[in-house]
Amino acid sequence: MKAGVVAVQGDVSEHIHALENAMHVLSISGEAIRVRKAADVLSVDSLIIPGGESTTISKLLKLSGMFDAIRKRASEGMPLMGTCAGCILLAKKGGEQVEKTSTELLGLMDMGVDRNYFGRQRESFEASLSIDGLSRPFTGVFIRAPAIVETWGRCKPLAEFAGRTAMARQDNMLALAFHPELSADSSLHAMLLNL
Amino acid sequence: MPLNLDLAGLRQGTELIKRGFASMQKGGVIMDVTNGEQAAIAEEAGAVAVMALERVPADIRAAGGVARMADPLKVAEIIEAVTIPVMAKCRIGHLAEALVLQELGVDMIDESEVLTPADPFHHVDKHSFKVPFVCGARDLGEALRRIGEGAAMIRTKGEPGTGNVIEAVRHQRVVMEKIRSLKGLSGEELEAVAREISAPAELVRETAKLQRLPVVNFAAGGIASPADAALMMLLGSDGIFVGSGIFKAKNPKMMAKAVVEATMHFDEPSVVAEVSRGLGEAMQGVEISTLAHEQRMQERGY
Repeated sequence: MKAGVVAVQGDVSEHIHALENAMHVLSISGEAIRVRKAADVLSVDSLIIPGGESTTISKLLKLSGMFDAIRKRASEGMPLMGTCAGCILLAKKGGEQVEKTSTELLGLMDMGVDRNYFGRQRESFEASLSIDGLSRPFTGVFIRAPAIVETWGRCKPLAEFAGRTAMARQDNMLALAFHPELSADSSLHAMLLNL
Repeated sequence: MPLNLDLAGLRQGTELIKRGFASMQKGGVIMDVTNGEQAAIAEEAGAVAVMALERVPADIRAAGGVARMADPLKVAEIIEAVTIPVMAKCRIGHLAEALVLQELGVDMIDESEVLTPADPFHHVDKHSFKVPFVCGARDLGEALRRIGEGAAMIRTKGEPGTGNVIEAVRHQRVVMEKIRSLKGLSGEELEAVAREISAPAELVRETAKLQRLPVVNFAAGGIASPADAALMMLLGSDGIFVGSGIFKAKNPKMMAKAVVEATMHFDEPSVVAEVSRGLGEAMQGVEISTLAHEQRMQERGY
C-alpha cells in the first residue's frame, strides 16, 4: 500500500510518521510518501492534505497541477483525508475569510466551513473528542482551527465540539477541523487506511 | 471575530499547541510587512504568515537609535488586513513588550536581535506565555538555551537587513555540523557537550537522538532572492523568513511570489530558474566585512 501526504506546505512529516504508525498497528506493509506532483497523486492508494495555511496550499496545488488530479482521484473513490487547512480545502462552501482571500476550494464535500472559527493562536486548545467509529476518546488539537458549520447531502458528522462539527465523513473522504497527526494516537490515520 | 463560547477548562498554551503552530508554518515563507497594504500583498503571494514591523531591518539599520516594538495601531492594522497569522517582534528580554503583543492577539512573538536589546542578562521566560515564540540562534548552544526558555521555533540570526545570505548559511551550517557531531556519543560525553555549549543536557540528548533541532528551524537574516531561499532549504531549513528582501526589491509582488514558489520547489532548479526570470533588481545589499562589530545585530543576545 502506498499512502501519500500532499507536501507543498504544512506539517507533512508528522502525517508521514502517523501513517507509518498506523500501518504498523494494522500490520499493513506499505510506505508513506510525500506527494509533490500531479503524477504522484495518480500513484497513491490514499492521500492526506495536511495542516498549514489554506491560502498558501490552495495556490501551490493550482500551480503544481495537483488541484485537478486530487479532484479526479477523489471522485473515483480514492480515500482522502483533510486536516485543518486540508479540511477547509475539501469543503464546498468557505466562509467570509475564504471569500475575502479568493481561496479556491477543491469543493469535494457537502459541507460549509469557517476559517479561524475559534479565534487566534492564543485561543487555540486541546480537547477530548468522542468520535463515531472509535472506542475511546481522542485528543483533538485545534490550532487556529476552522469549524464545519453545516453539512448536507451525503456528508455526515462524526464528531462534535462546542455545538459544531469537528469531523465529518462523505463516502471515501474524511474532514477534520483538528490535527490528529499531532496526537500520539494514530487511530484516525488507521480509519483512513481502512476506508 | 469574538466568539461567545465557554472555552474554560480546555488546555490552552501547551507546548504541543505552541510547537504545533510552528509546524504548520513548515515549507512556507514568512514576510516582513510595515502596513496593511504590504500584508495583503504578502498574503496574495502565498506567504504563510506576516511579521508586523514599524520598519524593515534595512531601514532600522539606516535609521540607527533605539528600535522598539511596533506601534499597537500598526499591529492592529496588519491583523485587520489579513487572515493568515500575524507575528511581531519584541526586544530581547522585554517582558512588557511581549505581554503587550500577546494582548494584541499576535499569533507568534519574535524575541528579536533586530530590535535594541532591553535586558543585559536575560531573555524572556517564554514558558509563561500562551502564544508561542520564535528566537534567533547562531549555534546549537544558543538554539537549545532558547528552547529551554520555551521557544517553540528557532531561526538562524543571519545578518538582518543586509540582503547578504552568508551569515544565515554560516549559522545553519554551524548548527547542523554540531548536531551531526553528537551522533554516537555516550551519555557522559553528551553531558560534557552540554556544559561546553551551555545548553540544557536534556535538550542535548534529545537533539542527538533526533539528529535535528527538537523544534521547527527556519532561515532568516539576509535572504533576498528566490535562489537564496532555495539555498537555505537545500541546507535543511524548514522554511524561510524574508525581511527587507521583499519590499526593498524593485518589484515586491513578483519577488514575493517567486520566493514562495522557490521555497516549495527548492530541489527543482528548473522551477527556481523560471520564477527568477526578469524579477528586476533585488535589494542592493551590504558586504558583511564593511559592518563594524557594533553594527552586527547577530551579536545581540546571550
